[in-house]
Amino acid sequence: MPVKPVHLAAHFPGVNNTTVWSDPASGSQIDFASFAHLARTAERGKFDFLFLAEGLRLRELKGRIHNLDVAGRPESLTVLSALSAVTARLGLAATVNSTFNEPYEVARRLATLDHLSEGRAAWNVVTSWDEFTGENFRRGGYLDEADRYGRAAEFLHTARELWDSWAPGDLVTDPGAGVFARPGSGAFAHRGRQFDIAGRFNVPRGPQGHPVIIQAGDSPQGREFAAADADVIFSRHGTLEDGRAFYKDVKSRLARYGRRRDELKIMPAVTYVLGDNEADAAERAAEIRRRQVGPQTAIAYLEGHWGRDLSAYDPDGPLPDVEPDLGEGVSQGRAQFRGDRGETVRRWRALAAERGLTIRELVIEATGRQTFVGTPASVADQIDTFVQTDAADGFVFVPHLTPGGLDDLVEHVVPLLQEKGVFRADYTGPTLRDHLGLQAPRTPRAARTPRKVS
Amino acid sequence: MTGLHLSAALNDAGWHPAAWRDPAARPAGLFTARYWTDLATEAERGLLDFVTIDDSLGLQSSGPTVPDDRTDQVRGRLDAVLVAARIAPATERIGLVPATITTHTEPFHVAIGIASLDHASRGRAGWQPRVGARLSDAAHFGRRAFPDLDRPWSATAEGAALGAELFGEAGDVVEVVRRLWDSWEDDAEIRDAATGRFLDRDKVHYIDFEGARFSVRGPSITPRPPQGQPLVTALACGVRSYEFAARGADVVFVTPRSRADAFAVVAQIREAERTVRRSGEPLRILADLVVFLDEAPGAAVSRKARLDDLDGAPLDSDAEIFTGTPGELADLLLDWRNAGLDGFRLRPGVLPSDLAGITRGLVPVLQERGAFRTGYQAATLRGHLGLARPANRYAAT
Repeated sequence: MPVKPVHLAAHFPGVNNTTVWSDPASGSQIDFASFAHLARTAERGKFDFLFLAEGLRLRELKGRIHNLDVAGRPESLTVLSALSAVTARLGLAATVNSTFNEPYEVARRLATLDHLSEGRAAWNVVTSWDEFTGENFRRGGYLDEADRYGRAAEFLHTARELWDSWAPGDLVTDPGAGVFARPGSGAFAHRGRQFDIAGRFNVPRGPQGHPVIIQAGDSPQGREFAAADADVIFSRHGTLEDGRAFYKDVKSRLARYGRRRDELKIMPAVTYVLGDNEADAAERAAEIRRRQVGPQTAIAYLEGHWGRDLSAYDPDGPLPDVEPDLGEGVSQGRAQFRGDRGETVRRWRALAAERGLTIRELVIEATGRQTFVGTPASVADQIDTFVQTDAADGFVFVPHLTPGGLDDLVEHVVPLLQEKGVFRADYTGPTLRDHLGLQAPRTPRAARTPRKVS
Repeated sequence: MTGLHLSAALNDAGWHPAAWRDPAARPAGLFTARYWTDLATEAERGLLDFVTIDDSLGLQSSGPTVPDDRTDQVRGRLDAVLVAARIAPATERIGLVPATITTHTEPFHVAIGIASLDHASRGRAGWQPRVGARLSDAAHFGRRAFPDLDRPWSATAEGAALGAELFGEAGDVVEVVRRLWDSWEDDAEIRDAATGRFLDRDKVHYIDFEGARFSVRGPSITPRPPQGQPLVTALACGVRSYEFAARGADVVFVTPRSRADAFAVVAQIREAERTVRRSGEPLRILADLVVFLDEAPGAAVSRKARLDDLDGAPLDSDAEIFTGTPGELADLLLDWRNAGLDGFRLRPGVLPSDLAGITRGLVPVLQERGAFRTGYQAATLRGHLGLARPANRYAAT
């Protein structure tokens, strides 16, 4: 069996406690130089793409702005467009919310990025339902949670109609003949439950036809959405066993949409720590975890799950005996406290009792442990094993430091993957679709909006 | 004599609808990064204060209100904020002023987009808010119905009411955007290891805008931009838009048709400033001119005439059209400035040639006459315009 190629992506450090800001090597989360550093590092490592997340409202805890984690980030597409000037091949992936945007604008901004970057644009389609974020938008947060995948699917479908409204060749630009564009270029009409729009799209077809579509959702609806219409799916399954189960499930969904197994790439988000030997790496990993979960952050985590003020508790003491308040909760703007909090509290108490852990030790143990910890050789082996045994097609690496957090991965691990022959030694094509081994999108000309020709 | 402020308005292949058919045009490049960075680099070579980049949420049209089916003019346009962002790392000093459409684009998205442009350009971002009154563009969003007007909307009572509504809304959008830019104080980020706090939450502010049309809570997700407040510009003609500019803009673009008209327009702008009780810096007033420039006497006139023939009609513009030599244009600018203008925004008839006419023809003449800078004196766009970095409205004094 031929080896599967590994795909690699770089995640700009997030606005959460994975990102360590107290380290002396921690730089600005907003200066363009930080983005340029990470993008250039990723391109030096021949990564498929750089990824930017999005959150359209600052997180809150107990009704006040969360002040313990890194906060503040730019608008994704704007900074990616600027990054296209300092990179030549790296894919550029933006998270853009389908709840607080309109298809016409999102489609034209992504098509613009695809033109300006010469075919390197990608869109991570996310949905939001919360009125909390909606308070920042004139349309508000009206969406029912049940409707969110319906809206996302129709939003993406509509965007594809807009990208297809200019066919290859519609842009003529023949000064002698005096023809700039073919008649009817950009004509579209979409009548659906979420959107009822018609007119003329004003960006010609981009180099990739359609940008690469990314979906990050683990629910059955999210998996189905990805199987139907995405090119890449992010997951959080960072163990071999979970990864294989997810991989098998998602890939098995593709056939019913007439898609081949290699038309959707599965890329878990992962963290890593390198050391000179295994013990050194483990020690570094533990130190990073201590920095990620400071005393105040440990209490904040507990408050998120308990749904009440626990500021009087000692982070170096035992877990609170007070029962959780399972009502509305105290955390806003974070997905992770939306699950079954009662169940989490029971599990954490059991773990703490069994191991004799303090609050801080418990949170360090129970949240966000690094995926890959080891020497460059062992991490390269783990990456290769995940991919060759169908637990992933590649990974989105989430560094804990801005902006140098992937420097050692690119310097020490990528060459080993290249030596194994499982990762490209250089880019083989200009577009992100080329990097991911994806074909051009189908453009059923016959299915296009009938054109009015004058 | 203080120097003129000069900027160039970049728009498709130039401001003549047949510009793309001029031998000097680069129509195949219109949707490439190279085209736009070459233009901005040329403008920077000429030490211009800034370039504006036009935008619209529908296809260009030869008619005032709806799309047409002409195939002999440029159709299609890239998102201006993203074009400006692409230019930013390729330039050092020139200001970048993209347009957005206040009628359809969410103010929160605009605020973080322009703030991000200011971060990416290290303090060279501006913004031109524009209203979008076309029925056909509204149908691209499907969220509001506009009257179906067959004439420019300003010419009917119904259109005038729509104009008042859209300018009122644009005023709200500018207010929201400006508040969001200030919603992080400059020293909100403290990285205090002792208390585990990254932010001083007392220095990050809800903006709590409540208007007749929408409300926005804030704060921004993007820290305060390097300039504090990126430069806000507005194209204005008529009292309503003068007052809109006087309320929310730093720079206003006006369209006098003569020297005498320039005096009248400047007086009306000052009157609008008084009407809205503007405080702080007065508006910087730049007059718009469409320019066709050639060194050889008469060449620009015949070049424009050829383009008029190709297009089937003489160029029609809201701004005065100048054809002539760079020296003649310098004479005109230095004459008109006596009306109290701070400078000019020149709209090249054909790109890139008429931009080069500005940077390589006009600018050296103005420099010789001591009327234009010979080097950039400031690092930010506000600095080029002589505007200080403003205090934060939310900071305790």
